Amino acid sequence: MNKAVLEFSSRTENVAFARVAVAAFVSQLDFTLSDIEEIKVAVSEAVSNAIIHGYGNNPDHTVRLELRVAEEYMEIEVIDQGKGIKDISQALEPAYSTDPERMGLGFAFMQSFMEKFSVQSTPGKGTRIKMSRRAGAPRQAAVPEQ
Amino acid sequence: MNYTIKKEKDYLVVSISGEVDISITDSLREDIDRALQDYGLNNLIFDLSGVEFVDSAGLGVILGRYKKVAARGGKVYLAGARPQVKKILELSGLLGLMDEYPSTGALWEKLG
Repeated sequence: MNKAVLEFSSRTENVAFARVAVAAFVSQLDFTLSDIEEIKVAVSEAVSNAIIHGYGNNPDHTVRLELRVAEEYMEIEVIDQGKGIKDISQALEPAYSTDPERMGLGFAFMQSFMEKFSVQSTPGKGTRIKMSRRAGAPRQAAVPEQ
Repeated sequence: MNYTIKKEKDYLVVSISGEVDISITDSLREDIDRALQDYGLNNLIFDLSGVEFVDSAGLGVILGRYKKVAARGGKVYLAGARPQVKKILELSGLLGLMDEYPSTGALWEKLG
């Protein structure tokens, strides 16, 4: 297994850093360019959620990314210690959004672009999103575990 | 990421390049809304030919502007999306709400 851990400030400009870093790390596996683009979208959504919803756009907190790859399999965890999600089932509904300007598609994209996807969250303590996918294999969208 | 906003005929044309995510969507949204108001326009064209990446935050700006101009009888057109961007547009359902063209040239031909 190969692993990497990244911690960065909860600033929106770090969303691009996160997805590029993940893309670089998982490119050691046999992913196509199209796969990598999908993984970047999923990471972008998860990190944006941590910053905007977890930390309420406060730039003084930390988002943690844990990356693991082994035998054509990659796993990404996006962890914040923010306000957490009260009702995960509701948050996972397509088009659910707390903001009319946002599409509520973040979780839908994460599920579409990953094989396995789970959300652990404790109100007041934070959220941990775990998503994984194999390289070089046909893929079915994830059914979320909560 | 950068963008230009200009009036062409009766349309506000927003040309976007680079990566569109949450770091830029607030200023993009405000600048488009201000230009729509200043020019008094209700029709909007997004030239996406330079967009290399978009996530749901970027799509939210497009949807929000759609809701705004559609409420006043206006239309939103999308042009030039690259394959990976088009895939995101398709998955989001936005293409069911607005017309999409392979290029701004093809769109202007249609608009006449």
